[in-house]
Amino acid sequence: MIEALQFDFMRNALMAGVLTSIACGIVGSFVVVNRIVFLGGGIAHAAYGGIGMGYFFGFNPLLGAVAFSLASALGMGVVRRRTRERADTIIGVLWAIGMAVGIILVDLTEGYKADLMSYLFGSILAVPRGDLMTILVLDVVIVLLVTLFYKELLAISFDETFAAVNNVPVDAIYLLLVSMIALTVVMMMRVVGLIMVIALLTMPAAISGQWVKDMKRMMVLASVLGMLFTSAGLWLSYSLNLTSGATIILVGGVIYLVSTAAKSVALRARANRQS
Amino acid sequence: MKRSEGTGELREVVSVQHVWAGYGGRPVLEDVNLSIKELDFIGLIGPNGGGKTTLLRVLLGLLRPTRGSVRIMGMGVKDGRRFIGYVPQSVNLDQEFPISVWQVAQMGRLEGRGLLRRYTGEDDDAVAGALRSVEMLDLRDRPIGELSDGQRQRAYFARALAKQPQILLLDEPLASVDPGVSAEVYELLHELNRSITVLMISHDMNAVSSYVKTVGCLNRRLFYHGEKEITPEMARQAYACPIDLIAHGVPHRVFPDHDRGR
Repeated sequence: MIEALQFDFMRNALMAGVLTSIACGIVGSFVVVNRIVFLGGGIAHAAYGGIGMGYFFGFNPLLGAVAFSLASALGMGVVRRRTRERADTIIGVLWAIGMAVGIILVDLTEGYKADLMSYLFGSILAVPRGDLMTILVLDVVIVLLVTLFYKELLAISFDETFAAVNNVPVDAIYLLLVSMIALTVVMMMRVVGLIMVIALLTMPAAISGQWVKDMKRMMVLASVLGMLFTSAGLWLSYSLNLTSGATIILVGGVIYLVSTAAKSVALRARANRQS
Repeated sequence: MKRSEGTGELREVVSVQHVWAGYGGRPVLEDVNLSIKELDFIGLIGPNGGGKTTLLRVLLGLLRPTRGSVRIMGMGVKDGRRFIGYVPQSVNLDQEFPISVWQVAQMGRLEGRGLLRRYTGEDDDAVAGALRSVEMLDLRDRPIGELSDGQRQRAYFARALAKQPQILLLDEPLASVDPGVSAEVYELLHELNRSITVLMISHDMNAVSSYVKTVGCLNRRLFYHGEKEITPEMARQAYACPIDLIAHGVPHRVFPDHDRGR
């Protein structure tokens, strides 16, 4: 690891992992407790449609991705609020359409373009310094928003009906949450790829939620776990010469499975003690 | 607690007049009228699908009636509901949610603290008082996932009480607790009813009648006369099938089978 650190790209990659983990740990905790992982996945993939439009119409693909994911996030959010039972269908449809639109528009575009794989898995080893600043700004924005609206976010996540009855602006807070997810997904997607954003949104928060029963601690632990996964994954991928994004995801995945098994053993032990 | 004094007249805290409500054009409530006086303890029973939850949603302003009017403390629902403490069916909530008893009870203070405003010492006092009244203050830091069903139900009561409401609205408060716990919950309600009006809906009124002051039957229409007994006539109108009822002071008397339909 020490020798790897003499490379600029390695230092940047580690930094990107750490910074990404902060936003993903915070937003991911809300995604997990609200059980809207699928919505996160939908937003992430629909964003690819925006990237395709960017290439085809000649504007910045990132702008397209931001616009597309925000629009689809708000769309999915509104649909989920209005008609709960069919929401997963509509998310699935938007997910697929966004992806397909993106692929076709990229196909139709002449000249150089990034390939699909780099959006799916990203290229954490090629993160420019400027992008690190972007992620840092996003981290600050998300920490700020969650701090400001913490009691409302907690309220709608735990019991939406009670929140509504107590005149919390449930729709607005919910759309704020969905927008934070969209923003996180898009910003992180450039750096670590779609699949890894979903992985970093869900796995650290899910593991954290198995062991910590307080929302704030859950967010902190999830962020720390994310940092551990990205650093360990980078080191493994460097020493074993494996694809970095996929290695990071596998590190998180293995730990998630181990944690789930350990949790069920712990629960059984507690049940035995009580009986 | 504000109360009309001198006259001996009790204030009307909830007034429902000729309310029709339903989903997608299909009415579930038909011409429902209900007047609740201060410090009453009403139990509303009725079969599943009879509109109990719909009536609750109307009272909480979650569903707009298609016809008729609802007033709470003499105000429209959106303003009046700030006097209502609501206790939902606890089975509907995520027991694994990472939240402590204290944080749950604190949500009762959301109404008074708008966006961008932090909870104050006054809120803490109200939350502590509410938890004490349901004997849950010692468990304040316990995650809700580590409580028994009865304790969890108490935490939700505390959340409603932290609001310092004039009216308590309970949705099947015993749906998820065993019989030993339900007696405990009723004792608590009885105690609370000294200063708060209580409206409770349930599909089973067996254990209730010794605590409620008045009882009504809801099956699309509401049969309510402001009395404690369920007359066979009310039961016949509200239910299409036989039910267990307690008549005045006689536990577990079962009415004979009625004919189906009205």
